[in-house]
Amino acid sequence: MSSNKKSPKVEIEDQIHDAPEGDVDAERRKFLITSTAAFGAAGAACVAWPFIKSMNPSRDVQAQATLDVPLGEIAEGTMKTVLWQGRPVFVWHRNAAQIASAKAADATSTMDPQPDADRVQKPEWLVLVGICTHLGCVPIQAGDTGWRCPCHGSMYDASGRVTHGPAGQNLPVPPYKFVDANTIRIG
Amino acid sequence: MGKHPADIRSVETNIVKNPAGWLNDRLPIISFLKDNALNFPTPKNLNWAYVFGGIAMVALMLQIITGIFLAMHYKADVKLAFDSIQHIMRNVEWGWLIRNMHMVGASFFFMAVYAHMGRGLYYGSYKSPREVLWGIGVIIFLIMMATAFLGYVLPWGQMSFWGATVITNLLSVIPFIGNSIVVWLWGGYSVGDPTLTRFYTFHFVLPFVILAIVVIHIWALHEHGNTNPTGKELRNKNDYVPFHPYYTAKDLVGIVAYLIPFSFMVFFLPEYLGHTDNLIPANPLVTPAHIVPEWYFLPFYAILRAIPIKELGVLAMFGSILIMFVLPWLDRSPIKSARNRPLFRQLFWIFVLNFIVLGWVGGKPPEGVYVLIARVAVVVYFGFFALLPLVSKLEIAKLKEGK
Repeated sequence: MSSNKKSPKVEIEDQIHDAPEGDVDAERRKFLITSTAAFGAAGAACVAWPFIKSMNPSRDVQAQATLDVPLGEIAEGTMKTVLWQGRPVFVWHRNAAQIASAKAADATSTMDPQPDADRVQKPEWLVLVGICTHLGCVPIQAGDTGWRCPCHGSMYDASGRVTHGPAGQNLPVPPYKFVDANTIRIG
Repeated sequence: MGKHPADIRSVETNIVKNPAGWLNDRLPIISFLKDNALNFPTPKNLNWAYVFGGIAMVALMLQIITGIFLAMHYKADVKLAFDSIQHIMRNVEWGWLIRNMHMVGASFFFMAVYAHMGRGLYYGSYKSPREVLWGIGVIIFLIMMATAFLGYVLPWGQMSFWGATVITNLLSVIPFIGNSIVVWLWGGYSVGDPTLTRFYTFHFVLPFVILAIVVIHIWALHEHGNTNPTGKELRNKNDYVPFHPYYTAKDLVGIVAYLIPFSFMVFFLPEYLGHTDNLIPANPLVTPAHIVPEWYFLPFYAILRAIPIKELGVLAMFGSILIMFVLPWLDRSPIKSARNRPLFRQLFWIFVLNFIVLGWVGGKPPEGVYVLIARVAVVVYFGFFALLPLVSKLEIAKLKEGK
């Protein structure tokens, strides 16, 4: 640390360089160093693995993977937002006019084209993950015609398809199935 | 550090051709590490007793890393703390492993540090010019004890709660303001939610304080270098070898030898050194029938209990650690290593044995013959320090006679 003292450090470096080459089995030394390093690296990776994995969703979080939504309480023409895996899911009970509006928009939705029929299991029920595909805000429903994102102005039609950027993809449809006529299970 | 700015000539290293040299000319971190880690001159005759410093360093790093990952899942709230530990053990992927490593790691850290201190005591590593190095070590030991105690409170089991209650109450012996200090420390009128939250805060931050002081510890070490088993200061450069590869390799062997029993405990006996009472959630209404601290506190706990007067007991317990600060001045002998000190060597082993007895008796109920044993052991503990000045004199006289 202090430089005013003559330390044996310099001498030591000389010693390393002056090691009598004849006494050194370079091959053996190289093998030992390489194998030690290889085992050490493998060991370190094995130890690192549980630490990395521990940050994954824990079992209690994984247990929230599915959500049953009773449909009886959602009146025709209204939408309910439910929380699935911490994310908002829009369940929209579309009336005839809204379905017609979505079907009519099939022709104009050109940014990420997909017919409305492919996005629903029953035309009166539209289920969407309510997260803007731009940067993750929750879009606001704008009447019968679709959604508008409050953050950066992306627009979605009555089928949740993007009609105006900056978002580039449609609102995703989560995996769900009809458990019975009046209940869907998301997840 | 080092060169005067006026003496520095223009620096011509090329960032592309020689990036390491370029960096080193601007921030001499490479030559600093080379001088202090790789090439540091180390006595070539260090024995295995000298590996515990490196082992303790590894233990500290393991505690910090496992602790950070536990902190991601732990909840410092009296309503959630106990369950969040169960959550870590059952729900978090590999959470059981990380927690067991942290729990067993605390015990093993203390084992390494006790061995490290014992080596320092045996080979006179506290003597001039290394008094400050030793003192910094005692400070590290004190903070380490505080950190371990705070950590033991976090699972919020019965032992956590009552351990916290008993230890914080120690401070009530401070005249006049003791009770106010205890209330201030608790943030209430008993150990409770504010206590748990602040204990968690301190438990998180103190290991980094320890790490910083360890750097200063090594700084002090590198000013005068290691002692060695002969106790003589080595003045011949041929008596030194560079730290790397000689002691990196040797320390690595020690570290692996340390990690084998450590892993065994982590995987097969994780709760062995703990107390079953701590698997019962904290209950402020019922004290466990037999309350003892973790094994590494038992010797000091025995000192506390051996004296039937509250104030004196607390004083003796803190004194038993603080007395280590003045050890370099109690021991008057210029001879460093116990190898060359026949009287001190005997005293050293009596001291070690007595320390083990203190630990053993500290885990026994404070009644009957155990009280007597504890009191004798306390006298021996302080007797060691009290006799040191005399022993040093006697020893020198005897050695001179021998000549």
